[in-house]
Amino acid sequence: MIRLAKDYFADQRDDDLKQLGQGLQRSDVPGHVAGTTTYFADRTFPRMLYLKMVRSPHHHARIRSIDTSEAERHPGVARVLTHRDIPHNVYTILILIQIGPEDEQVLAADKVRWKGEAVVAVLADSERAANEAAAKVKIDYEILPAVFDIDEALKEGATLVNEYHGNNYYTYDSGSHRKVRFGDVEKGFAESDHILEQTYWSSPIEHAPTETTGCVVVPEGNDRFTCYTNTQAMFFTLDNTSIILQMPGHKLHFVGGTVGGGFGGKVDVTVEPIAILASRLTGRPVSFIYSREEEMQISSPRAAEKIIIKDGITKDGRILARKVTGYTDAGAYSRHSPYGAQKGAAHYPGPYTVPNVWIDTYCVYTNRTPSSAMRGFGVTIADFALEVQMDKLARLIDMDPLEFRFINAYRDGDMKAHRQPTEGAALIECMQEASKTANWPVADRFMRMSSYKAEA
Amino acid sequence: MTKKVPIQITLNGEERAEFVDSGATLLRALRDKFGDTSPKGGCHQGTCGACSVMIDGELHLSCLTLAEVCEGRAIETTAGLAKDGVLHPLQQAFLEGFAAQCGFCTPGMIMAAKALLDHTPSPTRDEVVEALSGNICRCTGYEPVIKAVLSAARANSQKVA
Repeated sequence: MIRLAKDYFADQRDDDLKQLGQGLQRSDVPGHVAGTTTYFADRTFPRMLYLKMVRSPHHHARIRSIDTSEAERHPGVARVLTHRDIPHNVYTILILIQIGPEDEQVLAADKVRWKGEAVVAVLADSERAANEAAAKVKIDYEILPAVFDIDEALKEGATLVNEYHGNNYYTYDSGSHRKVRFGDVEKGFAESDHILEQTYWSSPIEHAPTETTGCVVVPEGNDRFTCYTNTQAMFFTLDNTSIILQMPGHKLHFVGGTVGGGFGGKVDVTVEPIAILASRLTGRPVSFIYSREEEMQISSPRAAEKIIIKDGITKDGRILARKVTGYTDAGAYSRHSPYGAQKGAAHYPGPYTVPNVWIDTYCVYTNRTPSSAMRGFGVTIADFALEVQMDKLARLIDMDPLEFRFINAYRDGDMKAHRQPTEGAALIECMQEASKTANWPVADRFMRMSSYKAEA
Repeated sequence: MTKKVPIQITLNGEERAEFVDSGATLLRALRDKFGDTSPKGGCHQGTCGACSVMIDGELHLSCLTLAEVCEGRAIETTAGLAKDGVLHPLQQAFLEGFAAQCGFCTPGMIMAAKALLDHTPSPTRDEVVEALSGNICRCTGYEPVIKAVLSAARANSQKVA
């Protein structure tokens, strides 16, 4: 039976839940349909410069030399920037919450670690001049061996992707991986009637927002700058820019607003620091907007993942043991992936009560485009793998897949593997509604269940 | 230095003239010179439809149209659709039907839909899908957009009757 549990957030919210089931207009939609909503790129300023990035054509290479002289002489070019111009060139986004080491270059100095890495920034008074001059930058590379997938990266003797980490995986305070240990997983397997081990793979996924990543920077005098940006992470960006440019935050005025599609793809700090630096060094407004090609090739995608799930179940449908090894392909740099892999570790048992759990998750470095946030990263692909696994387990014991989930669903008071007691789960009730809505009937005893055990 | 070219157009019913860079696209000219930022640049290569405008009553991708060839022509954009503060039926239908989320593709969607309804006032669902097939949306999943266009067409036909 459904009942409204209004007591759950009573200390945080005083709403009366009247909005449930009601249509509600978005507050910004009148501007969207009228064509008057302002996006960052809807601003243009006199004497604006256009930034074009020269990027690595190689997956992994040592930079022998960079020659910008011909590009600097190209008509319309105001300035060419290299790593030497960046006050604090090596950074990492999550250093703000003490997740180091700094491992990524704003502009590559000695090495490039992925195809598309930024090396030289060209500023010119038209996009055309910037593109033409960028083509005249000469970079001499010594191509190095590259690794392209998780297995290859973790092999003994594999090429080291990122020297700042020393290994092709992120080192947590717990070591080479995040761990969750609950009960005795080997004992659980020994007591099981069936064991199923499966490996799941996913490829990177690009968000492909219709509005590409970018910013427009205007110098305001007195070494202050206004940055109009479509970042989804305003304060991460402000604080990282402050670190990279070694400028106090009060010199930097960030203006956000409507984002033309983000889906997590605009949380990295990739355009603002270099555009503000360019504005600072030229005294002119600067526009740095990814081309569509850059958005698809350069902006960070959802990580590729490899997930191995081993489950032990009884023939009447109880999961007794679950062992998961999860790998997140961070690409060449950390960005948000150490956090994503950690989130996966806490998530892996799924919304099920399993008495014996063993989880290891790794954040792995490869010479691929750095991956980062995208809609529930760390758990979305995990859920795909877990729920496919649940269907396979149900099939193994010839049980209805929804009934199998009712048997194992977590309920209030159950202890989760990462030692968080279950509260306000409402999973049973959701599945009961889903059963009715999808016209997928289950046995009466499941329709009489409750997330509150006392009511069951 | 890039040569500057004078161009004169009728933009949403208003006579306008500006100097643009020779070789500039209509999209750049509208946004940077004429101050109409309702057409959006999502790809600058004719694949996303966010820059769609009407030129002399026909749907065009402004990112693939040279500003200079628009000399003397009538350009219509989403910014010019509302009359005296009253939204066009398509705008109203998009607003009511939750057919816009991030809003970036919306002006292009609305122009593509207007081009359809101008010559096919009561389209079938298939005709709507075909008319919007050049416009990419990454938020809505298209269904609310298709429904909004059909609903605007119905509202229009009721008004005529």
